[in-house]
Amino acid sequence: METAYLIETVIKIVAVLLIFSALAGLGTYFERKVLAFMQRRLGPMNVGPYGLLQIAADGIKLFTKEDIIPTGVVARIFKIAPVITAATAFMAAAAIPFLPSFTLFGYTVNPIISDINIGILYILGIMGVGLYGPLLGGMASANKYSLISAARGAAVFISYEVITGLSILAPIMMVGSLSLVDFNNYQAGGIGDWIIWSQPVAFVLFWIAAFAETGRTPFHLVANDHEIIDGFGTEYSGMRWGLFFIGEYANMFFISFIIPLIFLGGFGDGSFLGALAFLGKVAFFFFFFLWTRAAWPDVRPDQLMWLCWKVLMPIAVINVVITGFVMMF
Amino acid sequence: MFEAVAFYLFAFLTIAMFFITVTTSQALYALTALAAGMIFISAFFFILGADFLGAVQIVVYSGAVMALYAFGMMFFDTTRDVKEKHGNKLIVSGLSILVAVLVVVIIAAPIVSTNMSASYPMTEGVGNTQEVGMVLFTKYLVPFEVAAVMLLVAMIAGIVLAGKKMDLSLTLMSDDDVRQVKEEENKKVLS
Repeated sequence: METAYLIETVIKIVAVLLIFSALAGLGTYFERKVLAFMQRRLGPMNVGPYGLLQIAADGIKLFTKEDIIPTGVVARIFKIAPVITAATAFMAAAAIPFLPSFTLFGYTVNPIISDINIGILYILGIMGVGLYGPLLGGMASANKYSLISAARGAAVFISYEVITGLSILAPIMMVGSLSLVDFNNYQAGGIGDWIIWSQPVAFVLFWIAAFAETGRTPFHLVANDHEIIDGFGTEYSGMRWGLFFIGEYANMFFISFIIPLIFLGGFGDGSFLGALAFLGKVAFFFFFFLWTRAAWPDVRPDQLMWLCWKVLMPIAVINVVITGFVMMF
Repeated sequence: MFEAVAFYLFAFLTIAMFFITVTTSQALYALTALAAGMIFISAFFFILGADFLGAVQIVVYSGAVMALYAFGMMFFDTTRDVKEKHGNKLIVSGLSILVAVLVVVIIAAPIVSTNMSASYPMTEGVGNTQEVGMVLFTKYLVPFEVAAVMLLVAMIAGIVLAGKKMDLSLTLMSDDDVRQVKEEENKKVLS
């Protein structure tokens, strides 16, 4: 039993790593296509049918490019920063149930690497650690714009982490557990049981915070467009820059898994249809990330902090208090 | 077996990280090693089955060290080494060894004399998080509330200290108003 468990876990870890690294590549293709269609362009077209082989071309380019460590940087920190982003993104996946449990050749598989009973707290904590990547990358490269970008990253981190925690608190109070599997089972009864109907405010707040957490467009402050260059990633080249990219896209996918699991019923009762619906919800939330990038400009850092501390945080606290009163009486 | 391997691995990693934190003269190494050490400590909580405390360790300390980075950014050029004053090395190392031994003795004494019992034993079938909550809101309610009040006081003090002219936004003011504010400040400096 022990050996079987070990083998199963290793296979699951390898599967998650491979699938989401590949999806990160596919994600870039989808992003470019979706942005292109929304802006009345064609996007990648030349490599392969509809530009599908663009992913392979990008991959070859990133892997074979020279790995440059500029002079004047703190070399060790500079080298380790992209690894932190990519590694923490995948570490967070350990507590996410990707699909309902299914039987394969008479062997029941739970598509979750480790069902620890504090799942959501662990995921948010590890995703928070992921911001060390941009921060260290920016501080280690001897470049003023990278440093400014790292400073913005730290400011954003301190702002949105509060919102994430407080907004998720109200659903946690209702479910009475921190495990994502319990969240799913709480809403297994169908659409009427979804937490979004009883916690719409928390849903919107968490969704907004998710954009800050992944650093996507309305809050894409770590790489500010006004400076034309790529923020903390300016000094990076080749696969080290690619690791930042994989981390960012993997984070987007994992957040897209978490939002439906918490608020929109997840995979429901665990039937095949439920699993399909779950993947559909995940696809919608991923698409929404791309949609906002096409449709909205970035906000300024001070606007984001004003939004987080003066608007969203009071709303989140009031939401928690009201939830507490409703549950008590 | 896995627990032993994990324990020794993370024990070595934690000690190595904190050793780097103390000995290096490069601010960025020190901060990064500190953050890594804090996160590796959470592994011990996970090995002991205290999942909740492990996750809280990660959440709290990653945020706290992030604030340290912000200070590091403001005070140092983090890509250069910091020049340190080295006092009497004998006193420093002697004192630190003494403190380390003392801590080990304090922790180990009840274990050696087998004079240890859980005053709040685990309830069967209750999760980790609920367990912490029960102890926190019964036995340790007063310290918990006092800590909350202290944090509130610190927050209000911080707002009062930092919040002068917080309602002024230079981006929203017209150019004349900005000039007026500047002139007033100049007058204050001159007088």
